[in-house]
Amino acid sequence: MGRKSRDSRRARVAERQGASQAPVPDGTRAATAAFLGWLIPGGGHFWLGRSQKGLVFAITIPLMFVIGLALEGTLAPFDPSRPLVFLAAFADLGNGVPYMLASLAGLGEGRVVAPTWEHGNTFLIVSGLLNMLVCLDAFDVAVGRK
Amino acid sequence: MSSHFLLLVLFAALVSVVFAVLQKDEPKEQLRFGGLIFAGFVATAVVLGWVFLPFPL
Repeated sequence: MGRKSRDSRRARVAERQGASQAPVPDGTRAATAAFLGWLIPGGGHFWLGRSQKGLVFAITIPLMFVIGLALEGTLAPFDPSRPLVFLAAFADLGNGVPYMLASLAGLGEGRVVAPTWEHGNTFLIVSGLLNMLVCLDAFDVAVGRK
Repeated sequence: MSSHFLLLVLFAALVSVVFAVLQKDEPKEQLRFGGLIFAGFVATAVVLGWVFLPFPL
């Protein structure tokens, strides 16, 4: 047996061993990370041990949400007859617990005539969408893609 | 606070922080990437503001 074929056989064996030792993506863990991330901004990253990133998300995303409310933005209602409003509502929902608390407290009624109303809506919608991205990032981290 | 420009800067800063932390792992890279996005946001808004100036609402 030549040296070349021995080397290639060793490489194949090492590759097989490496493949068998690679961590198997855990769907439940990933789903939990994503769900926690949605519920509490940064929660998924905290749960995965990435506390610094989690802390940044836990501050910035709710801060954007609160600024949106302070600017008299509206938490859009789920109204299927108005597709854009429905999409905005879906984006708002991305904020998780802050969204639920604000809804329960009757905040987010908005004031259409306020000069900052559109800005408020932008802050509310974008904070929800950013949190969805953060959830997906937590999912990717949990399955080992990042 | 109703200054549109200040709100724009605040929005750009917060979104840049989230994107930078999401995309990069090293603090140096995060700072560089975040700064780049922030500058991009503000510069684009100012340029678009000038471009749209002749168009009445």
